[in-house]
Amino acid sequence: MCTVCGCGSGPKIDGKAHAHSHEHEHSHGELTHAHSHTHSHSHAHDHTHGADHDHHHYGDGAAGVSVPGMSQARLIQIETDILAKNNTYAASNRRVLAALDAFAVNLVSSPGSGKTTLLCRTIQALGNQPLAVIEGDQQTSNDADRIRATGARAVQVNTGKGCHLDGHMVGHAMDDLRLASRSLLFIENVGNLVCPAAFDLGEDAKVAILSVAEGEDKPLKYPDMFTAATLAILNKVDLAPHCDADLDAYEANLCRINPDITVLRVSARTGEGMEAWLDWLRAGLASKART
Amino acid sequence: MHEMSLAEGIRQIIDTQAVAHGFQRVTALRLEIGRFAGVEKPALEFALDVVLRGSAAEGAGVEMIDLPGRALCYDCGETVEIADRLDPCPLCGSGKIMPEGGSEMRIKDMEVI
Repeated sequence: MCTVCGCGSGPKIDGKAHAHSHEHEHSHGELTHAHSHTHSHSHAHDHTHGADHDHHHYGDGAAGVSVPGMSQARLIQIETDILAKNNTYAASNRRVLAALDAFAVNLVSSPGSGKTTLLCRTIQALGNQPLAVIEGDQQTSNDADRIRATGARAVQVNTGKGCHLDGHMVGHAMDDLRLASRSLLFIENVGNLVCPAAFDLGEDAKVAILSVAEGEDKPLKYPDMFTAATLAILNKVDLAPHCDADLDAYEANLCRINPDITVLRVSARTGEGMEAWLDWLRAGLASKART
Repeated sequence: MHEMSLAEGIRQIIDTQAVAHGFQRVTALRLEIGRFAGVEKPALEFALDVVLRGSAAEGAGVEMIDLPGRALCYDCGETVEIADRLDPCPLCGSGKIMPEGGSEMRIKDMEVI
């Protein structure tokens, strides 16, 4: 990870180098992103994105300065959260979203739960609703390509070896997306039920997607993610009869891990349950406009 | 889970503190890790060993302090301490409990020269 701005050591956005020089945005004496500030960071100088700005790349760099020397040993109280820097970026993203009355969801699941298909169907069903998508994967822009085929704006973040999106990557992607006010922002995290639970991106809610063939005990096996989620979508319910899935057992296990979680049974393929999901999104968006 | 990222976060904090407090070497580092933080301590130790090389904290002793897992029981309304994420409420036996604490990952303090 770049020790100046927090860039991870592998991620890139749509295959392009994220070769930024750092001078401008770290001179504020705080670790916030430049995006939410009104004083003019054009970002043209620090990001060498392509013309369409939809692929970020995180270079590595490990600055370490230490000079051996001797003086009095002393104890310094730090009491600092190890993820403090990520949380600062996330807070900055949250401010940008709040200013736009935009509602952001962080979609988390294992690989293959149907996140991208669900998103494509959701985008089609939402019609003219302003929205944008940030796609996180270790490699390829396949998912962003699928989203763009629906006509929606999408940015692909490739994390390289990284197992999760972080607040800094999402901040840069949001810069490129230039969200319209009252937008929905879908952040499709790297398919991984472990690491993304710990990294706040500034989203309004985490939505965990679980497909019915994954096993009823999955919420028990990966409790952190399902505890962090506000909503769980039990996806591919059309397959339930073919794989002897017990949907009630899924729900019971989700509620055991997280008594507050809302569960929706959906099939992105057949459209079953989609209206409830769309209503949940619309309600979230409306709640942002009221605050 | 992502112990390497955490180790890099720790190094960033040390680098920043080295400038702020004007120290040159960290001899001991104390971390507080919650029971439900999802941190595999041996993996974090390994990652720190690699990531702290060349930093002010290279070779520093690392102590990890466990913080207990706490949860609110939705049935009896008490905040209870639990050892495992799937444990029932130790007071009333209910399984409807929501973690409230134990996800901490903090640098508590460090000894510097």
